Amino acid sequence: MGVRIGGGQGFYGDTPRSVAGLLDAGVDYLCLEALAELTLAILQKDRQRDETRGYTRDLPAYLAAALPAVAAGKTKVITNAGGINPTAAARAAIDTAHRLGLSGITVATVLGDDLTGRLDAIAGQAELRHLESGAPFADFPAPALFASAYLGARPIVDALAAGADVVVTGRVADAALFLAPLVHEHGWSFDDWDRLAAGTLVGHLLECSGQSAGGNLSRDWWTIPRPWDLPYPIAEVDGDGSALITKPPDSGGRVSFDTVRHQLLYEVHDPAAYLSPDVVADFTSAHFVDEGDDRVRVTDVRGGPATATYKALLCHHAGWAGEARIAFSWPEAAEKATATAAIFAERVRGAGLPVDEWHFELWGVDALGGPTVPATTAEVPEVMLRAAWRCADARTASLVGREMIPLTLSGPPAGMTGMGRGAGAPSELLGLWPTLVDKALIDPHVTVTLEEVR
Amino acid sequence: MSRVRLYDLGCGYRAGDKGNISDVALFAPDPEVYELVRAAVTAARVKEHFGGFVTGAVERYEAPNVLALNFVLHDALGGGGPRSLRADNLGKTLGGALVRLEIDVPAALADRRAPTPDVGWAVEILSRIGR
Repeated sequence: MGVRIGGGQGFYGDTPRSVAGLLDAGVDYLCLEALAELTLAILQKDRQRDETRGYTRDLPAYLAAALPAVAAGKTKVITNAGGINPTAAARAAIDTAHRLGLSGITVATVLGDDLTGRLDAIAGQAELRHLESGAPFADFPAPALFASAYLGARPIVDALAAGADVVVTGRVADAALFLAPLVHEHGWSFDDWDRLAAGTLVGHLLECSGQSAGGNLSRDWWTIPRPWDLPYPIAEVDGDGSALITKPPDSGGRVSFDTVRHQLLYEVHDPAAYLSPDVVADFTSAHFVDEGDDRVRVTDVRGGPATATYKALLCHHAGWAGEARIAFSWPEAAEKATATAAIFAERVRGAGLPVDEWHFELWGVDALGGPTVPATTAEVPEVMLRAAWRCADARTASLVGREMIPLTLSGPPAGMTGMGRGAGAPSELLGLWPTLVDKALIDPHVTVTLEEVR
Repeated sequence: MSRVRLYDLGCGYRAGDKGNISDVALFAPDPEVYELVRAAVTAARVKEHFGGFVTGAVERYEAPNVLALNFVLHDALGGGGPRSLRADNLGKTLGGALVRLEIDVPAALADRRAPTPDVGWAVEILSRIGR
């Protein structure tokens, strides 16, 4: 008997309206993936302002849509919306159930991914190195604003085995949210590498919500049916690991070999060795058959033993940024924008404001394509200059933006400012420091607690 | 031999980010084009194409089961999402930038061109709301 899983969320800010479509179609598990790398940084800023925050604020909206079905025994919810404060998120879940007058729901909280308070202790027991540059932990620009390990499926499986209806975690690897219910339902063992790989691949296909149902599809994107009613994907997974990827009927969108393969390689490095906490999955082993009618069959996924480490992501302060925009029209739009960038930088230098990094983009010319845009002598009808800069402190970053404003009257002709942040509030930049940590240093700290809503 | 853009040959794309790495996938429309791009779109070629956008190494992986090549562009996002000064701090548009690359193709493929998008449905909706 296949287990049906719905991918109800792809990021913090996604739409809870997806939940109704998935529940109507019938899913045994609704998995809500809320955390991108950037999200933890946003949640960290949130927690800095208010200690009771640090989880995704739209969690109650998702749960309000899902909990009636949970209370009716129709589905269970698994989410990493706990961010860097799963305890507060679980509290919000319980409050939401109370608000809806629902009881008899068991909420589980998974803790142990947060390494912030014991980073030095870990660094004393293991040699932490930057995953990309190889730099030692001694070079990490402390303090860590957050430090989270990417946990696997095990604690979620434990929570489900203990009777959880809603599982709230912090940083768990995206695909593990989806693998866990498959392990639980099918009784897969944690050394059944092929099945763990199959479940991980399915999770990867579902974790970005609309992206496997026609969202962000390159090429014939304009042929996607009713793209304003794009559904979120469903996987029906059998005990042998084979799966059907599909979508709620009567919705827009499309599930095809092409939409699925687009998602298969999304944010993947080596597709033959997709590293997850639970398994090393070989995505190149998967066999896909497009059965038509928005049904894609996935079989034959192979995997190998998991590594001895978890990935962890550390975050540090990295200065302050400001940004300003100014637009020019024909004639000489691009030349005016280029000259304005230089004049602006010289004004800032003249004002004695130290800038650590400049970045200029000509929108309408090559802001996005950069060096890949072929050189052209064609006149562009209009150009927007976007200037961004990094300074050591917020005040300087703000003062730099002020130097753009006088150019409205004192720069090349007919520049229009006032679009963008300009002299507005500067924003804090955050550096990411990925590393690997021995599982033995993490696992003893992982806990699962359950609370029944009464 | 003629030079044709990957996009005109029918290739699709998707880009994602991990830290300061951009992962860019290139999807071929059929086995014939897959073999062509496998031979022509080397890691070195992609590194050259992106110029100053990518200051680190470029690695290439093959996924023949989905007729795709996957490129890992190191140091490609101006320091990574929350640290980058770029408007496209996550490199979402780098997939489109990749398929702008031109390769040599046999004469039989020289006339391939990407289709013109039909967004008549969008124009109709916008006209209905008074635009």
